[in-house]
Amino acid sequence: MQNATNGRTGRNGRAKVLAVLRTPVGGCSVALLALVIALALFAPALWGDQASAVDVDAIQQGPTAAHLLGTDSLGRDVLARVLVATRLSIELAVTATLIGVAAGTVLGSAPSVLPRWAGRIVTSAVNIAVAFPGLLLALFFAMIFGIGAEGAVLAIGLAMAPAFARLTQTLSAAVAGQDFVAAARVAGAGRVRLLVRHVLPNIGEPLVVNATISAGMALLAFAGLSFLGIGVQAPAYDWGRLLGEGLNQIYVNPTAALAPGVAVMVAGLAFNLFGETVAGVVGARASRPSQLKDSATAAAAAPAAGGGGDRPVLLVDDLRIAFPGPAGRPVTPVRGVSFTVGAGESVGVVGESGSGKSLTALGVSRLIEAPGTVTAARLEFLGTPLLRAPEPEVRGLLGTSLALVFQDPMASFNPTQRIGRQLAEVSEQHQGLSRGRALDRAVERLREVRVPAAERRARQYPHEFSGGMRQRAMIAMGLMGEPRLVIADEPTTALDVTVQRQVLRLLAQVRESGDGSGSAPAALLLISHDITVVAQSCRRVLVMYAGRIVEDLPTADLHTAARHPYTRALLAAVPALDTDRDAPLAVIPGRPPEPGEVTAGCAFASRCSLADERCRADEPDPVNVGAEHRVACWHPQDSTPRSRTSSVDTTTAGGGA
Amino acid sequence: MVAVVAGPATPGVPAGVLGSPWLSFAVRRLGRFVVSLWVVVTAAFVMIHLMPGDPVRSALGMTAPVETVNARRQALGLDDGLLTQYWHYLRSLCGGDFGSSVLSNLPVSQQIGDRLPATAQLALAAFVVAMVVAVPVGAVMAVLTRGGRRRGGELAFTSASVLLAAIPEFLLSVGLVYVFSVHLGWFPVAGRGGLISYVLPVLALAVGPAAVLARIVRVEMLAVLGNDFIRTARAKRLPARQVYARHALPNALTATLTMAGLVLTGLVAGTVLVENVFAWPGLGSTIVQSIQQKDYPVVQGIVLVYGIGVLTVNLLVDVLLAVLDPRSTIREA
Repeated sequence: MQNATNGRTGRNGRAKVLAVLRTPVGGCSVALLALVIALALFAPALWGDQASAVDVDAIQQGPTAAHLLGTDSLGRDVLARVLVATRLSIELAVTATLIGVAAGTVLGSAPSVLPRWAGRIVTSAVNIAVAFPGLLLALFFAMIFGIGAEGAVLAIGLAMAPAFARLTQTLSAAVAGQDFVAAARVAGAGRVRLLVRHVLPNIGEPLVVNATISAGMALLAFAGLSFLGIGVQAPAYDWGRLLGEGLNQIYVNPTAALAPGVAVMVAGLAFNLFGETVAGVVGARASRPSQLKDSATAAAAAPAAGGGGDRPVLLVDDLRIAFPGPAGRPVTPVRGVSFTVGAGESVGVVGESGSGKSLTALGVSRLIEAPGTVTAARLEFLGTPLLRAPEPEVRGLLGTSLALVFQDPMASFNPTQRIGRQLAEVSEQHQGLSRGRALDRAVERLREVRVPAAERRARQYPHEFSGGMRQRAMIAMGLMGEPRLVIADEPTTALDVTVQRQVLRLLAQVRESGDGSGSAPAALLLISHDITVVAQSCRRVLVMYAGRIVEDLPTADLHTAARHPYTRALLAAVPALDTDRDAPLAVIPGRPPEPGEVTAGCAFASRCSLADERCRADEPDPVNVGAEHRVACWHPQDSTPRSRTSSVDTTTAGGGA
Repeated sequence: MVAVVAGPATPGVPAGVLGSPWLSFAVRRLGRFVVSLWVVVTAAFVMIHLMPGDPVRSALGMTAPVETVNARRQALGLDDGLLTQYWHYLRSLCGGDFGSSVLSNLPVSQQIGDRLPATAQLALAAFVVAMVVAVPVGAVMAVLTRGGRRRGGELAFTSASVLLAAIPEFLLSVGLVYVFSVHLGWFPVAGRGGLISYVLPVLALAVGPAAVLARIVRVEMLAVLGNDFIRTARAKRLPARQVYARHALPNALTATLTMAGLVLTGLVAGTVLVENVFAWPGLGSTIVQSIQQKDYPVVQGIVLVYGIGVLTVNLLVDVLLAVLDPRSTIREA
């Protein structure tokens, strides 16, 4: 079957076999299979006479020293008969499987060779047949072919065919879409040649693996038919027949029924497990990383600067988020983030993807689930410490006062519930409203975020909403309570530009007027990779890089007073109206480090033209450089306005970047 | 996957011409049902003509006098042309006439009427038991093992369910009979009597499907738990129980339903074997007996009943899916 790539697949095959043998289940199944095959080969010669020796003095005995598993109704040794029956049982199962695979492959590949209409008929017939359980098909065919081993082999084989036909179809459809088949087609290969030379060899491996699993099922099915008296007929006997005969004397000698049953199970499992293990190895299912709890504890750092004046809505001090890593070492994507959000304030968080900004948002809202761990010196929302409080205690507070808006509004709504229901749920849970009252409130809130025909819309499902409408509904969901803080994680990224602006404006209004009923205004924590979005909507901006805040400054000072080289590079990468459109776009060279590969020193050092030995050895901590300005850099740039001509190493890349 | 199943009935009905998506769904799905039904009926009819030799002769045996065989052949209409026979067959089926037994001359429909309830009770009871066990177990296991928690529990659950699912129902029946009837004497060995006689056959039928379903529910539930809307539900600060029961489980169940349909049809097949172990007076023991006696009209009739059962289950599953998942009609359209 294998053609051009023979040598490679040969080596590959050997490696795969070794890999199968090395897994514990694989080793066991190979040993079992070897035992079953050895019995099939040698048992009739070794115990054949004993199995057919009639002993009228020892009819239907229980286990004795002479007959370890007792005797049957003619005094024949049950153990010997079970062992000898291995050959016929395996032979029949394998033959049936071969028939099934052959017929299935022909049926499955016929549609690609036959004329269109004929192919469709074959496909439909297979689709109808596949819906029927194999045993029913086998009974149907058994009626046609008659009682007996030959009829049953054909019946089981043909009953397996539809499933194999379906498998062949699915597999060849996948192969037929690949380039080398297209190339062969372009080169003028006929349909038959295409099928035989290019498609079938490439689906051989999964077909063989599935055939092995099916052989186990054929074995069981055959035992079933013989047990029913439709398969093997006396004087021949396979396991199913022995089982049927044994069942008649289950009160006298239960082992006569149990022994062939166990034999069927063991042999069936051997085929099944072997096939499954091979499938696992061929499919190269990656083993998942081992789990290790993060042992890092919060450093008892002194509260960082920031929380002066009014009591802040959100106070975060030395927030760390860790996950179990691949080599048992925890990975820490958020490494000591500290900031505060004052009442009614709007704070933006910017950074490239992977900088930890979304995780920070999830961490402060207690949405990181185990095995992830969140630690912090302090994490307070409206003065309530969040980290150590048990869930029920803070549930009401967070449910009504903290609103979250996520990036993908389609995925963030439950697709099987009506929008109104999903909004109303908040008020039912936290404000004790009845179903009807809560739904009224939901409609009211939808109206507030200017969803037209709110009453009708509330009865619709998420997929009936447009993207912008869904995000409005998501914001309305946040307004079901009385939010004091709205955390919006890339709320506009999945939306087009005009809708983006509407959503941002809506968020700004929410912040100014609270829930619209005259209560306290809500603060906004807006997370975005887009520094212009943040600059438009926020008073303060936090720049994150590799899990830390590298700069924290008022938005108004962004273009004039940004001091961290990374902030400046971000700004320089934003094209403006006066940017030369023929010149390539500015990019920051390199990429941010993965959470697992953060080393000593400043994480930005490898991409920074100002980096020196100190930058590569020690990580700078944020220091105050102004009233509302912190920066974590050994070489903060001076404050001269340099918004467009950055001093940093901002190279250029091709226009398509 | 959905598109593949579309039968040849679809081209006749242009989507969109029929105003309501529900109507077009109903027409398409019923069309598929009718075509499949026709295939099953035709297969049952063709069955006897594919049998080598004279079916009446093989049913009555070599010793039967020629006149008897000929008379019976004529009574069954086997001497007519094939198309005429087919026409008669279809017409009598429409009138509820399944023919009569070659051996006993009793109407097949009467035999089916006598035996069907026993089989249906068995299959449905086993299905209900399997669902009632599998859904909570699978869901709870998903919650307990989500995100790589409790690897030991996950391993134990997976191995146990794989093992249980691998035991064929007739072997399990024999094992159960041995342990609970022969050894402990708690339940009758065979026969259909009071409620107590249902325990072992139902158990034998339900264990495998329950194991398969529990695994599927767990996998589906895990997939759903990874969705963004679960995070939204958590962000609403609903109690965990509510997040799982109200937001995760319903979504996992729509995906499980397709599999449940397969399990139910598989159960119907399983009854054939289990009925024979427990000498259960249902369709399964009747069809096996009739196959052995080559009483083909009875086999034909029971094949039809099984076939219609399978098709009906599949139809029900599709309708339920369409009702439960608001997106499905749109997707099909």
